[in-house]
Amino acid sequence: MGSSVHDIALAMLALGAILAFGRLVRGPTLPDRVIAIDLIGVLIVCTLVVVASDAGGALFLDVAIFIALISFVGTVAYAHYLERER
Amino acid sequence: MLELISGSLTLAGALLALLAGVGVLRMPDVLTRMQASTKASTLGLGCLLVGLVLRHPDLPFVTRALSIGAFMMLTTAVSAHVIARAATLSGAPLWKGTTDERPGPCRLRPRTTTCCTW
Repeated sequence: MGSSVHDIALAMLALGAILAFGRLVRGPTLPDRVIAIDLIGVLIVCTLVVVASDAGGALFLDVAIFIALISFVGTVAYAHYLERER
Repeated sequence: MLELISGSLTLAGALLALLAGVGVLRMPDVLTRMQASTKASTLGLGCLLVGLVLRHPDLPFVTRALSIGAFMMLTTAVSAHVIARAATLSGAPLWKGTTDERPGPCRLRPRTTTCCTW
């Protein structure tokens, strides 16, 4: 096992990101798009975890922590902007 | 044996993340999309992290996996709450099956008064 399992997992994560991107394009309201961007950030973190498990480098996990932090701050800022805007 | 458990947990986590994408695309409402994305992706990331730790049981991987798991468990709930609050306050349209069972006028759709009798 090993590599093929990680390849299948990466393909599933990419398909999930494509579906979330479809909601980002279609989404009727702005909160839909914010949800899609948040999900894409979480899927990037999942992809980095799978890559770190496959390639065996702990440096990918540092990148995953950083991307999770940036995604959270961006989501909270967008929601604050939505509440201020109404 | 450990490799088998790690591989199946990785596949389960990726499948849950894919289900989060399907839920975000197919759910009818802002709030239902938000809950599908949040719960499925958090559980999927947890499965992926446990699979990673079982495959690499070393100190750098375990500490980073624990911190990623704790951080995502905290921040996913907070960001979901903040988005749901912003969507509700900005008057996003709700699914037609959503009901408000509290007495009095309906608070979910302030402009109509007979929305609670589905």
